[in-house]
Amino acid sequence: MDFLLSVIQDPNARWVIAGCFLLGISSGVLGCFAFLRKQSLMGDVIAHAALPGICLAFMLQGEKNTMLFMLGALGTGLLGTWCVHSIVRHSRIKSDTALGIVLSVFFGFGTVLLTGIAQTGAANQSGLDAFLFGKAASLVQADVSMMATTAGILLVLVLLLFKEFKLLCFDSNFGRGLGFPMGILDAMVMLMIVLTVVIGLQAVGVVLMSAMLIIPPLAARYWTEKLSRMVLISGIFGAISGVFGTIISGFVPKLSTGPVIVLAAAVLFLFSMLAAPRRGLIVRQVERMRVRRRVAEERASREAERARVPYGGAVSKGGDA
Amino acid sequence: MSHGLWIIITGSLVAASCGFVGCFLILRRMAMLGDAISHAVLPGIVIAFFLSNSTDNVFMLMGATVIGVLTAFFIQTLHTAGVQEDAAIGVVFTSLFAIGVVLVSLFASDIHLDVQHVLYGEIAYVPWDMATLAGVEMPRAVWMISGVFALSLLIVGLFYKELKLVSFDAQMAAAAGIPVVFIHYLLMALVSMNTVAAFESVGAILVVAMLVVPGAAAYLLTDRLGAMLGLSIVFGIVSACAGYIIAVYFDVSISGAMTTSAGLLFMLCFLFSPRYGVVSRVLEQRRLKKAT
Repeated sequence: MDFLLSVIQDPNARWVIAGCFLLGISSGVLGCFAFLRKQSLMGDVIAHAALPGICLAFMLQGEKNTMLFMLGALGTGLLGTWCVHSIVRHSRIKSDTALGIVLSVFFGFGTVLLTGIAQTGAANQSGLDAFLFGKAASLVQADVSMMATTAGILLVLVLLLFKEFKLLCFDSNFGRGLGFPMGILDAMVMLMIVLTVVIGLQAVGVVLMSAMLIIPPLAARYWTEKLSRMVLISGIFGAISGVFGTIISGFVPKLSTGPVIVLAAAVLFLFSMLAAPRRGLIVRQVERMRVRRRVAEERASREAERARVPYGGAVSKGGDA
Repeated sequence: MSHGLWIIITGSLVAASCGFVGCFLILRRMAMLGDAISHAVLPGIVIAFFLSNSTDNVFMLMGATVIGVLTAFFIQTLHTAGVQEDAAIGVVFTSLFAIGVVLVSLFASDIHLDVQHVLYGEIAYVPWDMATLAGVEMPRAVWMISGVFALSLLIVGLFYKELKLVSFDAQMAAAAGIPVVFIHYLLMALVSMNTVAAFESVGAILVVAMLVVPGAAAYLLTDRLGAMLGLSIVFGIVSACAGYIIAVYFDVSISGAMTTSAGLLFMLCFLFSPRYGVVSRVLEQRRLKKAT
């Protein structure tokens, strides 16, 4: 309780929670589009590919500068998606292998840079370790306001282009027929996903950031069949897991924020999978048992009917298939 | 034997073993499943460590192999329950990995694993942890990985025909009466074992890289499965050696450098493979244009 009070009173903690809240909303919303375009794992690649960018930015600047880190992450994140696309397009390698290659090689190169920085003995390279598994406590007001600006722009864009993005997800050929620039929209969604990953890196970390794009939409999918509602629910789920994960991880000083946020989202997912109306496993199981019982009853009554009417005897009353 | 040589041998064994098994993942379009398993075994390793209180036993290998197969099973279950495959992979492995990281950071003072160790491993410490078996003294990691490698070779040798058919045409394999599901989980068990054996010494990231990158490079050079398996082993060993040299020269992470050199090797194949490379195809097109 003391801790919760201190969270509410401490202005820095409030900033941190606000940051994770925003991050949760934007990754939940953008994740829906990645999910429907079957590009969920692309988020994983982008997040891992961001690591060398962050390190390069650090090497250029020599100190922790969030803006520059974000630019670096954006640069290598985009480079990573480009590599995946061109490997798939220009060779016989399938997309899953291309994702694996880019993810591991970029991340491996990132660790090379990270250890390279460490052995130069730069004083405050500890800030870089926070990017691996996330350290929400390292967020300061400037970081949060940048996250807020980016998240705000992303959300407004989704709102404005909602219909176009919907078309892109469900029937992009039809959209092309209507004269929408589907290639540009596709690139735009990709850029927006990269931006979401980038703003989440500091709080969740490169290793688990993809989970924030995957899990909330998947959980939201159980509750509705409408895209607009799914996006809304997914945003709410993302925000809930961001805030709760941050608060819980605050109790244990050694704990990174990222894994806890991801686990909070996973709990929401499990709950949705089990308890959602109509698509949830419990409801479906109950439904299945009801059908089974009805079938059994019908069969029993039919057997009874047949027992009364002797074989080859009078024609039954109909309905006896 | 010198420390450097042991490190190179460890890296080469990991690369050869993972690259070998990874070929089947690539052909079955399940590369990301390898990525998922190599992350998801972390909680298995940590739990096995708590139960057995040491890092050096077969018990741990078994425990984590079970978790790896369970991961594949969870993903398959979600997939059959209507979740699309990439999302199913994503949700299972990130959750399991998160559990693992939380366990490691909560009990970091009790065990010598830490979260960064998990990612890039401590291959440099391999030569300090020797074990003697049958009068031969080798680093524990080398014993473990060569054992798993031998087992992989044995199993792939025994089921070569089945694996081949399942990789290239699963439906036909099913029609021919091959137990496709059994072969699938056999492969998953092999991947998990390789991951676990390599995980502690070289870290998750090198495992993922070696599962995918050498096999993909080999896939660009040949159309024959046997040649692809052989080439992937060669590529793995070459990138391990090159990586070690780079790492020593620049004084950086050894497994990171091995991954990077595997990536460079892949890029060379991607550009200059005689049949499937980008450059050679451009040249071929130009030649055809001139001929017409």
